[in-house]
Amino acid sequence: MVQRLRIRYAKRGPMRFTSHRDFARAFERAIERANVPIAYSQGFTPHPKISYASAAPTGTASEAEYLEIGLRASVDPDELIKALDAALSPGLDVLDAVPVVVPGGLSDRIEASAWRVELTGVAPDELARAVTAFHAAPEVIVERLTKQGMRSFDVRGAVVSLVAGVTSGTVPAGVTRTSGGGDGVCAILDLVVRQVTPSVRPDDVLAGLRVVADLVPPVPPRATRLAQGGLTAQGEIVDPLAADRERGVDGAPSA
Amino acid sequence: MSVESSTSVWPQLEQLLPRVSKPIQYVGGELGASVKDWAGATVRWVLMYPDAYEVGLPNQGVQILYEVLNEQPDVLAERTYAVWPDLEALMREHGVPQFTVDAHRPVRDFDVFGVSFSTELGYTNLLTAIDLAGIPMIAADRDESHPVIVAGGHAAFNPEPIADFIDAAVLGDGEEAVLEITAIVRRWKAEGSPGGRTELLLRLARTESVYVPRFYDVDYLPDGRIQRVVPNRPDVPFRVHKRTTMDLDAWPYPKKPLVPLAETVHERYAVEIFRGCTRGCRFCQAGMITRPVRERSITTVGQMVKEGLEFSGFREVGLLSLSSADHSEIGDICSGLADQYEGSNVSLSLPSTRVDAFNIDLAQELSRNGRRTGLTFAPEGGSERIRKVINKMVTEEDLIRTVVTAYTNGWRNVKLYFMCGLPTETDEDVLQIARLAHEVIKAGRAATGSRDIRCTVSIGGFVPKPHTPFQWASMASPEVIDNRLKQLKFAINSDKSLGRAIGYRYHDGQPSLIEGLLSRGDRRVGAVIRRVWESGGRFDGWSEHFSYDRWVTAAAETLPAFGVDLDWYTVRERDEAEVLPWDHLDSGLDKEWLWKDWQDALTEYEQDDCRWTPCFDCGVCPSQDTQIQIGPTGRKMLPLTPVEGLRTPA
Repeated sequence: MVQRLRIRYAKRGPMRFTSHRDFARAFERAIERANVPIAYSQGFTPHPKISYASAAPTGTASEAEYLEIGLRASVDPDELIKALDAALSPGLDVLDAVPVVVPGGLSDRIEASAWRVELTGVAPDELARAVTAFHAAPEVIVERLTKQGMRSFDVRGAVVSLVAGVTSGTVPAGVTRTSGGGDGVCAILDLVVRQVTPSVRPDDVLAGLRVVADLVPPVPPRATRLAQGGLTAQGEIVDPLAADRERGVDGAPSA
Repeated sequence: MSVESSTSVWPQLEQLLPRVSKPIQYVGGELGASVKDWAGATVRWVLMYPDAYEVGLPNQGVQILYEVLNEQPDVLAERTYAVWPDLEALMREHGVPQFTVDAHRPVRDFDVFGVSFSTELGYTNLLTAIDLAGIPMIAADRDESHPVIVAGGHAAFNPEPIADFIDAAVLGDGEEAVLEITAIVRRWKAEGSPGGRTELLLRLARTESVYVPRFYDVDYLPDGRIQRVVPNRPDVPFRVHKRTTMDLDAWPYPKKPLVPLAETVHERYAVEIFRGCTRGCRFCQAGMITRPVRERSITTVGQMVKEGLEFSGFREVGLLSLSSADHSEIGDICSGLADQYEGSNVSLSLPSTRVDAFNIDLAQELSRNGRRTGLTFAPEGGSERIRKVINKMVTEEDLIRTVVTAYTNGWRNVKLYFMCGLPTETDEDVLQIARLAHEVIKAGRAATGSRDIRCTVSIGGFVPKPHTPFQWASMASPEVIDNRLKQLKFAINSDKSLGRAIGYRYHDGQPSLIEGLLSRGDRRVGAVIRRVWESGGRFDGWSEHFSYDRWVTAAAETLPAFGVDLDWYTVRERDEAEVLPWDHLDSGLDKEWLWKDWQDALTEYEQDDCRWTPCFDCGVCPSQDTQIQIGPTGRKMLPLTPVEGLRTPA
């Protein structure tokens, strides 16, 4: 292995319905189609060197998914972005690729995620009331069916910030809004959630709003992960590729 | 017939998908998929494989026709699959119609609705799709605003059980047939749709290769048998003939295979290395109805694999046919591909091989990359006697030698496939499977000096199929089958040491009986299918959805009115004079030859392969004006030039 690269990609529009396994299969094929010199593990059944940071749940869009690949020959990151993006279905979009120069695992740099949830048909003041109730609660216990069965856990502790708003036409870059279901009213929820175990996902927070304020959206809300990375004291997300990008510019050798 | 604009149902569907399992299967967006402009097309096809997406997407037939049609500038083809009951319920609740996965257009907006049936157990799924599409269930109730529903695939060689629900059926290869149908529809539309739907169906019927059931009447004898099937108008042919694509090198599809995002049953680039088979296994409908043998040349196969892998990113290649080792240049194909992909991570597999040590050489060659695929051999029958009945010319010595060769070459598990319920079969024939498996393990242990070898015995239920010598045969009842399977299990484990090395897999007899009803049924069976569907029957090919009781009840409720019953269609043997429901559909096989071969089966007399012995007059070549097309061509597969560097869009 002569080069490691970290890649940011998006899951947009209908492609938000891919599961993590679906994406992983598609990505491995894209590596083949794009003729990327991927490195393989040793052993009886060699596996391509690809590792994924925690993936957005099936049905959830994302502007900020991350993975790392190991290569047996160096490639130009910009060319790699173009080649991989062309090899993937539209809606699975490769946005960034940065050679790894700073030691440390990708998952170590991911502490929290920022999400935006569109709640079509929910009145903004109703959402605001629910958010206030959520903030006021010391803990909010929700249930979710996991592989181990039904689990109860607190979602309040993992929520760094929760802000209710209204769509005003300023949709974040890359987030495609579709028609349908809406009668013009669309409340939005911006939340920052810490990476914890069990993971707290946007639908868990929505379940929490149901618990504290009986908020029941008439149509399934649409969540998009806008960012994930380190968390500053001010509750802001730090780009997990920033360190490598900045050091890389200085011309430091690849790890 | 299609509307001038078609609105995507995506906005409504999108709201439902978060509530169903594996939503990605309804999203489309696969590599190789094509979304064309609605207004720019003059003829619009929707193609369906009537099973779940995970089974339907890899289907070669649908992929080939999809690509062939979409290559036409003024033709648009999209795909639809059976939706699972969770989405079906939501679609009904929210009024979302059956849709295509490509542009999510309503199925009822298209001109032609083609359905490919590999198995009859997909019939209820067709009814679900028709109903969800908002198309009248009965073909006679449709008008110009509805698509023409055309059935194809192997089950279309007897479409009588679904004759009420389809408008037409095409027998045989589809590549050229879909273009001819397209041309007829194009012209009829350009002329302003003269004579409406009836005129269009007439034009199709007059080609003599499209069967339009409504133009034929079936008369019955007082005892329930068919008296005759005759055209009810003067201008349609008495018999409808199957289509044969002769030059496979001229049709190198799929060129751009569909690469799914969802997980599917096959994740590979599949290339047919030849079509047809003249081994003459008497139970095998595929071998009978796809004659003659037509090989794809070694150079075309090499080119297709290269381009198919580059396009798709698949890392597995399947070399498909009904008996792949029979290709006249199979040795060169395997070594050529093994050379090309040596050192890469591409794995090559050769399913459907005969019991022959030569196959081990081929499998060795293909596993040079270190990726060893499983070996399956299909003796089909446990005793020498029953193998003569079914014309599977494998001796016990052949089988043991072949499997032992596999063990000594490093394979530790070999799968052996057999059938249960074959004509003339006795308990003893089935118990011989256990003895055979014991012998295989004993010989394997002796040859390798190791106890670390296994075999898996896998049993399928025999279903008599139309256009085969067994089309007259009686089926064994599920009770008889299940009893034999139980005895066999006991016999395998009668020797504990050997039994431990033998895996045993089987299906019980009930689904086979229903498949038998649908395979050899006539138009009266349509009432059973409809009743089953109305009482909730879906996905009958899936054991967790199939309900034998539902079929038995539906048959008991509908068939007595016609003076027949489930047994009449399944366990009853037919005689030579009986008019069979598919006699007016010409697969090329001479019915007299089929009868003679059936008699030969009963006297345990074997039939050779016409590729290397003289013609035995099955009738296909002269009646279809075709001939066997086999090599060798003497050409070699060219080595690949390794490409360095990223492949970026042009």
